[in-house]
Amino acid sequence: MSAFLAVIGRELRLAVRAGGEALTLVLFFVMVGVIVPFAIGPDRPQLMRLSTGIVWIAAFLSMLLGLDRLFRADDEDGSLLLFTTSALPLEAIVAAKLIAHWLVTALPLLLATPILALLLSMTMEQWTKTLLALLCGTPALTGFGAIGAAVTVGLRRGGLIAPVLILPLAIPVMIFGVGSADPLAGNGATLFLIALSLVVAVFAPFAAALALRSASE
Amino acid sequence: METPVLSAEGLAVMRGEKLLFSGLGFAVGAGEALLVRGPNGVGKSTLLLTLLRVVRPLAGAVSGLGPTEMHHIGYQHGLKGRLSVIENLRFWKQLGGGTGLAPEAALAEVGIAALSPLEAGFLSSGQLRRLSLARLLVSERALWLLDEPSAALDTEGEALLGRLIDRHRESGGAAIIATHHDLPLAVAPRTLVLVAAS
Repeated sequence: MSAFLAVIGRELRLAVRAGGEALTLVLFFVMVGVIVPFAIGPDRPQLMRLSTGIVWIAAFLSMLLGLDRLFRADDEDGSLLLFTTSALPLEAIVAAKLIAHWLVTALPLLLATPILALLLSMTMEQWTKTLLALLCGTPALTGFGAIGAAVTVGLRRGGLIAPVLILPLAIPVMIFGVGSADPLAGNGATLFLIALSLVVAVFAPFAAALALRSASE
Repeated sequence: METPVLSAEGLAVMRGEKLLFSGLGFAVGAGEALLVRGPNGVGKSTLLLTLLRVVRPLAGAVSGLGPTEMHHIGYQHGLKGRLSVIENLRFWKQLGGGTGLAPEAALAEVGIAALSPLEAGFLSSGQLRRLSLARLLVSERALWLLDEPSAALDTEGEALLGRLIDRHRESGGAAIIATHHDLPLAVAPRTLVLVAAS
């Protein structure tokens, strides 16, 4: 357990030391929210209708942006090779890295949603529903992203290929994410989103570790 | 010799499209050191990775200790430039588990105790190598796989490396070392010369 926490601690420490990166993601997230009202015009009812979808698109794009560094740095400095000699299985190390990655890339976005809510003139209810949906859905995005990042870790331009790979996997997350914030719908979509995240959280570390093992060969 | 710590039999390894070597067999017992020699590109590093079970051999098998009972030192150190020297070492101790020196004591052992609070990104390549050697000491493992361990080390560092390997062997550990240099070892090691497959 202490080794598991050590991996999370190292990731968080690195993210804090290189502070700019987490901030870049948040800035990107807010930027999408700033630009959209200009692109579709200052029609408040329309903005309000589209707001949930816009927040999800912004969150998805920002999370893609942070994906590349998930395993690449460890691959380049040899940490990934040394993980094979670790007492902790690679699957557990990947799981720890995913938890840290979610804390560093998704949590700041959740904290920044009030800014977007203001910019897109969301109602209080819309905002809380969107926040809940993001909370339930982003773990799945992180998990799918990890699989994409692990598969492309050996490729020079993997940063561009991983998003294309995980796009089809991310579409259900988007559909149910936006659906669960729909005021007329029940909580079926939210439950499905939670189920999706739980399944991916269990499955992604194994898939990503498998991909990393075959990449190092 | 009793049961070897690690043995390889009929090992053939392919890298890319090229067959590096084939029919390679050897055994390393407790307290032994094996020097792997051969020209550049003959497959010394790849052999060590095969023993680490990272590279799968085309034919043959490696038996004995598994990767969690080995240390590997390669040309990459697995160190983060933004973390301090001691933070890096603490991390690898926690991940390696088991018994071994405290990180502070290990740093003193390899002669870089004064650098402990410094970010690892500021270290010279020789100092990074010493920090890597400290990793061998913080968690005890029966087998050391060392890939050019004396690279970037000064004369005193080479003597230190020799002492570490001697002590490791005295306590029943084994080491497989790919190198071009003659290491100052107390007990002469065995030598394995790799020859390129035709």
